[in-house]
Amino acid sequence: MKILVLMKQVANKDAILRINKDATWIEEGDLSHEVNESDGYALEEALRLKEKGGSGEVVVVSMGPQRVKAVIKDALARGADRAIHILRDNLSQLTPFVAASTIAEAVRAENADLILTGLQSDDHGFAQTGVILAELMNLPHATIVIEVDASGENLRVKRELESGWYQWYSMPKPALLTIQSGISQIRYATLKGIMAAKKKEIREVAAATDDAGQASQRITKIYFPQKSKQTQFLGDGDAKKGAAQLAEKLRTEARII
Amino acid sequence: MSDGILVFAEHRAGAFNKTTFEAIAAAQGLGAEIKKGVTAVVLGAGMSDLANEIAAYKVEKVIYADNEKLAEYTPDGYADAMERVVRAADPQLVVMPHTYLVRDFAPKLAARFKKDLISDCLRAQATNGQVVFSRRIFLGKMDADVVAGDDAPVFATFQSGAYRSEQAEKGSAAAEVETMAVEVGAVRMQPEPAFQEVKQAVDLTKADVIIAVGRGIKGQENLALVESLAQALGGEVAASRPICDAGWLPIDRQIGSSGQTVAPKLYIALGISGAIQHLVGMKNAGTIVAVNKDAEAPIFDIADYGIVGDLFEVIPVLTEEVKKLKG
Ligand SMILES: Cc1cc2nc3c(=O)[nH]c(=O)nc-3n(C[C@H](O)[C@H](O)[C@H](O)COP(=O)(O)OP(=O)(O)OC[C@H]3O[C@@H](n4cnc5c(N)ncnc54)[C@H](O)[C@@H]3O)c2cc1C
Repeated sequence: MKILVLMKQVANKDAILRINKDATWIEEGDLSHEVNESDGYALEEALRLKEKGGSGEVVVVSMGPQRVKAVIKDALARGADRAIHILRDNLSQLTPFVAASTIAEAVRAENADLILTGLQSDDHGFAQTGVILAELMNLPHATIVIEVDASGENLRVKRELESGWYQWYSMPKPALLTIQSGISQIRYATLKGIMAAKKKEIREVAAATDDAGQASQRITKIYFPQKSKQTQFLGDGDAKKGAAQLAEKLRTEARII
Repeated sequence: MSDGILVFAEHRAGAFNKTTFEAIAAAQGLGAEIKKGVTAVVLGAGMSDLANEIAAYKVEKVIYADNEKLAEYTPDGYADAMERVVRAADPQLVVMPHTYLVRDFAPKLAARFKKDLISDCLRAQATNGQVVFSRRIFLGKMDADVVAGDDAPVFATFQSGAYRSEQAEKGSAAAEVETMAVEVGAVRMQPEPAFQEVKQAVDLTKADVIIAVGRGIKGQENLALVESLAQALGGEVAASRPICDAGWLPIDRQIGSSGQTVAPKLYIALGISGAIQHLVGMKNAGTIVAVNKDAEAPIFDIADYGIVGDLFEVIPVLTEEVKKLKG
């Protein structure tokens, strides 16, 4: 089975975000990046499916400027067989339809049996690129997947629904699945894997589409959310003092102790 | 010319969910601002009763799209049916709740119009006929104002809780229900019945005090600290999703949209950033305390008490102080 895994590079979760000059995005110059969380789980699932199947290929696909090579190299070190890097500079301005169209052009010829993506990105949080890609490539899909059984003729996948409900769906291959975090425990790259990765192919592809004027949405402004509740901040930067004050408040104001 | 607002009404097992009425409230509110009528759409197979239920709301019309392939939800079936309805109704705006079901089929629907969704919106406001949508980005750390391109239809989904379902206005008389026999092509996915996992071992909904930890706890070995605080306060330990994903705590201690929804007297969030999927599971707690080293963490938006600082300094002191006060 040939499995493509789409992986996006996003701002590091613990990075301090600063708004850029024209307030249309964050300042990216000195930002640290990491792989989007659920995409890491998508890769893990692909590697496990390959191992279970006994043969096949896992191809990681990432779009963006040269910096996304970090995500690609890490995926190769964890066990992906090769990579496709779709070169695009303006990653943060891509809307899901434009992103999916660009990816579709770049990966169509791979004729993969399965395409896995994370269920949404931790930056824009559109939760759409995978599903739109499925539509553009005429593939059946399932979202928020937390278990995959690829042993039969058809795929059988378990989807998470809201508030503790689940549902299994079957569909023919090839198909596209968006993977939920937690589907399995993510492996670490071994030293051997890191060495082996150096010899693996990373194919660069120029983005095919010119999409100026195509975007169906545009950010006009970003800002820190308005607070909705009056929070009493305790300790004034001194965590220990804050803790002592909190115990007192829990007794006198909240009356819990 | 494209005109009006179309609102998608979602149902499961014969009933509409609350977010459907929130979406109706959103559509009605926007409709009033931009002076456009609202049409509701219900998809189903032999479910005209459900359409009649929506007709009680203040809408110009309800389109009930019927096809036997819509008896159960599938993304292929719903995308086909909704595409037919949207092409027939030709609205300028399509409003949907941002549920797991809508996330599953609506991007596919939008793609058929060479578009995407303005997804997971918190607010929408019209100025001079131009609608500005606000959505949360970076896992709740920031908001973005977004405008749509020029071509209709614009597809927008609204986050659960963004509007209040009670705000959905009833009409003075029942609206007309137009039954539309829609064509649905091949459906490739086959659903099995939805189910719940075997009963949870711990029922956190009964706990008066919940001490919840997030990724800030760093490692499983640090959970002992949290247990001792929980013990001192007589509470239960709970967690955000990444902690359960990592297997550090069982999934039945997960709070949030894919875990339990709780409303204890006291909820202490330690090293939890406050992503919406977590907040929906605990925002109705009586007293909310947040400890986070990042002063901008969204969890502080809903906290009554906040400590900006290192949880590893806070927990031991708090545990000791609580023990002292309890004598
Ligand atoms: C469909 C879907 C369903 C989901 N369902 C759920 C759900 O049910 N429940 C849920 O919780 N999430 C859910 N999520 C995930 C959610 O979006 C967030 O990713 C998750 O809640 C983040 O968990 P966290 O706050 O522990 O981690 P992070 O977001 O990484 O936050 C960690 C926080 O710890 C702070 N911190 C770090 N070190 C320290 C320290 N020493 N002292 C103090 N503070 C520190 C950081 O400043 C940061 O704010 C879901 C996501 C999706 C897309």
